[in-house]
Amino acid sequence: MAAPKKGRSASAQSKPGRSLALILIAIVGLTAGMFASGHTTPRLGIDLAGGTSITLEAKSDQGSAINKANMDTAVEIMNRRVNGLGVSEAEVQTQGSRNIIVNIPKGTNSEKAREQVGTTAKLYFRPVLAQEATGAAVTASPSASASGSSSASPSPSASASGTGEKATSSSSPSASATSQGRAVTDGLKADATPSASADAGASSSASPSASASGGAVTADDAALQAKYAALDCSKESVRAKAGEGVKPEDTTVACGEIDKVWYKYLLGPAAVDGTEVDKAQAVYDTQTAAGWQVTMDFNKSGAKKFATITGQLAQNTQPQNEFGIVLDGNVVSSPYVSSSITGGQAQISGSFTQEEAQGLANMLSYGALPLSFQEQSVTTVTAALGGDQLHAGLLAGAIGLLLVVIYLVAYYRGLALVALASLLVSAALTYVLMALLGPAIGFALNLPAVCGAIVAIGITADSFIVYFERVRDEIREGRTLRPAVERAWPRARRTILVSDFVSFLAAAVLFIVTVGKVQGFAFTLGLTTVLDVVVVFFFTKPLMTLIARRKFFANGHKWSGLDPKSLGAQPPLRRTRRPGGPAAGPVETKEA
Amino acid sequence: MSKLGNLGARLHRGEISYDFIGHRKLWYSISILITITAIVGLAVRGLNMGIDFQGGAVFTTEKTSVSVSQAEDYAKDASGHDAVVQKLGNGTLRIQIAGMDIKQSNEIKSELADDFKVDPETITAELVGPSWGDQIASKAWQGLAIFMVLVVIYLAIAFEWRMAIAALVALIHDITITVGIYALVGFEVTPGTVIGLLTILGYSLYDTVVVFDSLKEQTKDLTKQTRFTYSEIANRSINGTLVRSINTTVVALLPVAGLLFIGGGFLGAGTLNDISLSLFVGLAAGAYSSIFIATPLVADLKEREPQIKALKKRVLAKRAQAASEEAPAQHRGDDVHRDEPEDAEAAVVGPRHQPASRGRGRGRPSGKRR
Repeated sequence: MAAPKKGRSASAQSKPGRSLALILIAIVGLTAGMFASGHTTPRLGIDLAGGTSITLEAKSDQGSAINKANMDTAVEIMNRRVNGLGVSEAEVQTQGSRNIIVNIPKGTNSEKAREQVGTTAKLYFRPVLAQEATGAAVTASPSASASGSSSASPSPSASASGTGEKATSSSSPSASATSQGRAVTDGLKADATPSASADAGASSSASPSASASGGAVTADDAALQAKYAALDCSKESVRAKAGEGVKPEDTTVACGEIDKVWYKYLLGPAAVDGTEVDKAQAVYDTQTAAGWQVTMDFNKSGAKKFATITGQLAQNTQPQNEFGIVLDGNVVSSPYVSSSITGGQAQISGSFTQEEAQGLANMLSYGALPLSFQEQSVTTVTAALGGDQLHAGLLAGAIGLLLVVIYLVAYYRGLALVALASLLVSAALTYVLMALLGPAIGFALNLPAVCGAIVAIGITADSFIVYFERVRDEIREGRTLRPAVERAWPRARRTILVSDFVSFLAAAVLFIVTVGKVQGFAFTLGLTTVLDVVVVFFFTKPLMTLIARRKFFANGHKWSGLDPKSLGAQPPLRRTRRPGGPAAGPVETKEA
Repeated sequence: MSKLGNLGARLHRGEISYDFIGHRKLWYSISILITITAIVGLAVRGLNMGIDFQGGAVFTTEKTSVSVSQAEDYAKDASGHDAVVQKLGNGTLRIQIAGMDIKQSNEIKSELADDFKVDPETITAELVGPSWGDQIASKAWQGLAIFMVLVVIYLAIAFEWRMAIAALVALIHDITITVGIYALVGFEVTPGTVIGLLTILGYSLYDTVVVFDSLKEQTKDLTKQTRFTYSEIANRSINGTLVRSINTTVVALLPVAGLLFIGGGFLGAGTLNDISLSLFVGLAAGAYSSIFIATPLVADLKEREPQIKALKKRVLAKRAQAASEEAPAQHRGDDVHRDEPEDAEAAVVGPRHQPASRGRGRGRPSGKRR
């Protein structure tokens, strides 16, 4: 028994310097990294820095699943929306499986952001009743369509002097190939025979005559017309408001951007719901050299509705042969149609760049997102309160730490220095890591996280207590300090590992399972638990080994906290009995 | 050295000890009583669920001269719902409006701002939909269930299933007591409370695990000796780690107390306060349960094991024999049997009332013995 013990202690005692150096290098390295990264303070959460935090929960409509892909696209859309408001620092992230958190720092219009984020992402296909470039002199008449917009249009195509995007049957390949205008073609047929106008169906290409349906906008829509007339889409604030609170079955106004020019639209009731788009893809058409196009596949009901609406639209003149693809109240595209598109597959063609085509395809896909969101909680914290809370949290931490230190000093005397140093190392590591984790993984220190850190003082200090008590037990059994420190270690180590593991397990489960504030708390608790193990292994233990060599501690000075006499150690002669004991383990400890 | 240090030494040597196992029935009944009270309290009074669980809004103003009753009227006018207004320690008002639709919050907020004659931007608002609290709670239950399963598996592997069960019972005990106290006292339950409650999981077990670790160590060679029963050794490990348990609990409670003080005194209410309150209650319950419930329970379970039963029989038989032989043989009469009886007697943990004299009597002969 003596031999291995000596071997162990000898090897352990040769290391303390190295371990201490290691951890000091780690601290210095991390601190340097912290300063290098320029993030010298932990990123503060909304409740400490001020701002608004919105928690949304996904509600599944129409039985569609809430899965990661859907949530990610929703986050993408929301990110676009809030950051479209000019909120550069806003942060949108998923939390748990069905929550999205939107954090908006102070100083931005949180109410606007809330409206934006809270509204459901919905995509509709609406027939265009009127369309006009804004900034131009506004004629309120709904029939303005006939003359109005074409002048503003950059489209050179002769066949249809439409503004911007055009939806055509495949019969007008020339238009789509050359013009800015974009056309919707019947996908199936277009694929087969891109040029053949005959295929386009009974109602063959461009039937410009019937502009009659301009009467869709009737007198009772006077208010709407007025609104349309007043609409100035060149103003961002106006744009955001334009599509507000509109039901799909309403006639509405909306804005849309084509080639950096804002157009305003008067739109009919939604004809096809975005959820009826099965998928949309950006594809490069190699056959016709038409460039990038977007293909859409509708589901059954969508296909039927789309055929009907395109059939109707094709009867009309520009721009009433267009339909607007409306995402969140904004027209993202308004292709024209020149024939009924049946078969549930359509293409939008035009001079898309790859990016544009993909963007539109994405919108068509995720505008069709079957998720709607409900606000679960909205917390607005003023900067003043945030500061107060931070202040209070830090004060509480300081008081807690102070109390612990006082208790440790009263009880462990000199040993408390070791505990204190270890706590400080632990605190330094925690701080630096928190600062670094801000930019790295988006960790933000919120109030519960501060709480977790304060609670962790107890857990960390407990590891020292476990070890110190073991050392004292060894001294009580008559050992001198150096062997006592080494002998106590393996047993204390196991206890510390086992109990820290349980604590970490709790933190990990909480972090994975729960939502909201609980997560921040769990994260800090987990982090500090891991750091506790690191500090005890690489700092506290080596430090104990080192101080065991100091006379002050080794001789058991009254203030060292290791005075054998006051610990009630047995006189050394009793140790002679010790070697006979190990077989009867439990008895030994007692008698010693 | 401090008195506690001395106590530690004496506990370590077994000079003083409290027979936790022997009195377990007493502690069990106390715990059962508390648990029943807690459950009855929960059933009768229910929990005072905060805004987060009902849906509604909490507005916090900056320091203001508006009185509480005035603020209540304002809030009622603005929202059409009853409002609870508290004046916090730092002079701010906390206005809770339950059941209001959070969609109207902006109007209510600006109306309140008008009433108080402050800028709406200086009012802190916390709006909660009606199902948010449910979501937090259901997630918390889920976390609790997963954690319990994992920890039972872990403890069953690291220690043994009996300890796992005992730890689980102790854990449930702690949570029940904490929840019960919340019901009885009528503290408000908030997500912060849930956080605190969930932290107790880790903490309560942390404490239990340390005691179990020492128990496991001490009972390693249990069946190779015949001097102690399992219960006695279990009792010794509790006593041996008692100082540590006290220290741990004190050290854990001190920062929490700091939080509670600051949270309650400085901010008046809020997350800090909620977390620390449930932590404080739970930690105290946790320290109690790991000593008075978990370990005795392990001993109880263990004593049913045939091996341990046999050991107990052997130990008791030996003691009986020793006692009968010792009586006529007087003191150091019988050389053959003296060894065990001495120790056996020393090992009877409960009724040891003259530690000093016995320690001396025990020490001398054993010194010669080997």
